[in-house]
Amino acid sequence: MYKILKACDLASNIFLMEVEAKRVASACEPGQFVIVKIDERGERIPLTICDYDREKGTVTIVVQTIGASTVRMQKLRAGDSFMDFVGPLGRPSEFVNEDIDSLKGKKMLFVGGGLGTAPVYPQVKWLHEHGIDADVIVGAKTKDLVILEDEMKAVAGNLYITTDDGSYMRAGMVTEVIKDLVENQGNKYDVCVAIGPMIMMKFVCLLTKELGIPTIVSMNPIMVDGTGMCGACRLLVGGEVKFACVDGPEFDGHLVDFDQAMKRQNLYKTEEGRALLKEQEGDTHHGGCGTCS
Amino acid sequence: MDVMKKVPVREQDPKVRATNFDEVCLGYNETEATEEASRCLTCKNAQCVKACPVNIDIPGFISKIKEGDFEEASRVIGKSSALPAICGRVCPQETQCEGKCIRGIKGESVSIGKLERFVADYARQKGIKPSKCENTNGRKVAVIGSGPAGLTCAGDLAKMGYEVTIFEALHEPGGVLVYGIPEFRLPKDEVVKKEIENVKALGVTIETNVVVGKSVTIDELMDKEGFEAVFIGSGAGLPKFMGIPGETASGVFSANEYLTRSNLMKAFRDDHDTPIRPGKKVAVVGGGNVAMDAARTALRLGAEVTVVYRRSEEELPARVEEVHHAKEEGIIFNLLTNPTEILVDENGWVRGMTCIRMELGEPDESGRRSPIEIPGSEFTIDVDTVIMSLGTSPNPLISSTTEGLETNRRKCIVADEETGQTSRPGVFAGGDAVTGAATVILAMGAGKAAAKGIDEYLRAK
Repeated sequence: MYKILKACDLASNIFLMEVEAKRVASACEPGQFVIVKIDERGERIPLTICDYDREKGTVTIVVQTIGASTVRMQKLRAGDSFMDFVGPLGRPSEFVNEDIDSLKGKKMLFVGGGLGTAPVYPQVKWLHEHGIDADVIVGAKTKDLVILEDEMKAVAGNLYITTDDGSYMRAGMVTEVIKDLVENQGNKYDVCVAIGPMIMMKFVCLLTKELGIPTIVSMNPIMVDGTGMCGACRLLVGGEVKFACVDGPEFDGHLVDFDQAMKRQNLYKTEEGRALLKEQEGDTHHGGCGTCS
Repeated sequence: MDVMKKVPVREQDPKVRATNFDEVCLGYNETEATEEASRCLTCKNAQCVKACPVNIDIPGFISKIKEGDFEEASRVIGKSSALPAICGRVCPQETQCEGKCIRGIKGESVSIGKLERFVADYARQKGIKPSKCENTNGRKVAVIGSGPAGLTCAGDLAKMGYEVTIFEALHEPGGVLVYGIPEFRLPKDEVVKKEIENVKALGVTIETNVVVGKSVTIDELMDKEGFEAVFIGSGAGLPKFMGIPGETASGVFSANEYLTRSNLMKAFRDDHDTPIRPGKKVAVVGGGNVAMDAARTALRLGAEVTVVYRRSEEELPARVEEVHHAKEEGIIFNLLTNPTEILVDENGWVRGMTCIRMELGEPDESGRRSPIEIPGSEFTIDVDTVIMSLGTSPNPLISSTTEGLETNRRKCIVADEETGQTSRPGVFAGGDAVTGAATVILAMGAGKAAAKGIDEYLRAK
């Protein structure tokens, strides 16, 4: 059993949990993910790691309610436990193994959309701890869905927040902010890391390709085991079949076939479920639950 | 009774069982088992024992059945195998013990598998458990993977007095026994769980949710956690795909995914959260045991199922019994047929599959006649789901994170057949991780050999 030390809601349908998982906490790096199973009957749900504390032996996850298992998860409180919590899975972000000095010479831009802000956070934090300040754009549908603002502020170089409806800070999509930073403010970026709903990552990639900025995206498609066994998470990257769980989750965004990936996401979704989701969450959902787009 | 013929085993009626997940074969009762046992000639130089990868004393345990001492029969088997209820159900006996049975020369061989199953089921129902080794030597051995190879290796080492911990990546121990083989061939709660409990009763600890190579490396296990030797029994888990157009469409699954959802995650039951999309018209591509399992699972979930295989019936790699059961249940076989493209609708879903007819040419390196396409014979079959069951290869998670661990061109770990020794001192391996996808019993044989190899290595250290 894996004990929940802290549980709080970040928005009405987004919650954060700090979980005791010593092996995961001692081995994980930014970019990796875990699979969580609430109890005997639950699904195996892939979730990105939002933070970790090696000394305390804890891992922080941020979850959006979507299917039966995540709705049940949100009801858990500090002191409760998950039956299963396995990881770290996938490969760490590439920069973790890069030469720090050459990394310091690079200007990095992070883009987090909705729940995608959570997996962006440990990457920006890691860089900050290694003396590198990256620019961060956080996008959300509306003010209430902006998450981890204070945490991000503490580790980011410049933080730009934008909401689709203009209810908080800037108004508009994240792509508009990127355009503004590059074209109007003259910022130059050597690499962009974009994590969020597939549709957001697709449009960020279309733009950064135009702007000539290499872009990394984090794919979190449907998964079962997370160790390469089932092949449910296969994607087309540069025309080749890749498994997100072992070859990713991060890929060269300019090579990912997003249209095909988005179609696969619908595999286990009913028409009713899709309609309900559209109404509830619009395009802010990251896909971390494994059953959504 | 006709002594030349096997005592027939009772099975669920095909029409009934095609709609449920209960076990197909019902097994022998005491009378039937005793009658079948009486057919054994108790050969002095028993060929069946030699043909058994774990060398069970077959005439020995059958003699005990003849005497009516079923408990003692279970002890005889227990000396060689920790998983008899599993082996009695899934071993390909026809090519092993029963294939060499002297009775089988003139008549039908003794039903050794069904007798083993009877004895194991009897012992389990009577609550007979193996006992823990009284003198532990305090030396720690790590076993990676809790499938047949790992469980056997761990069980044997525990019997010798070692302190064994099995690390399992999934949330449930058993490996292919729980994620791969379906309930109707191998019941999970009554059979698999109980035999794993027996391995634990020998003193083995199982830690689930540890992906060796990710959560912890072999070097860390040896340097930081005090394990003096490691056995890798991580299996062959990576599914193969054909590489034809349309294969990433929604509705195309690997057999691993389809079976894992149903077997491990219990998607066939309403009280579990994991979904499965059974499909209405399903094509299963491949002809092995896993293909039969996937086809029969889809059938039970309500689909019309066709097996598409590029060679003829004679070359089907699945056990004859499995093919026979599949046919009885209504699975359609489309043989000498190979898919060339999966057709996809505007929403990305499977809407059909184009296939081509094949004919058999000269034997290839596997000794089987190689299939050749017949030009212009393409045709389309109407399916909404395609399950690819083309075999699996070993997972590189461990070999890629363990320095100095030699692998071959098929990504299999190179290990000595007799001892399981790999290119790294103190690291042993066996089962599908070494051979590529094979059978439960061969993996058990490798686990057994490695336990002996590890014992010799640690004694000499």
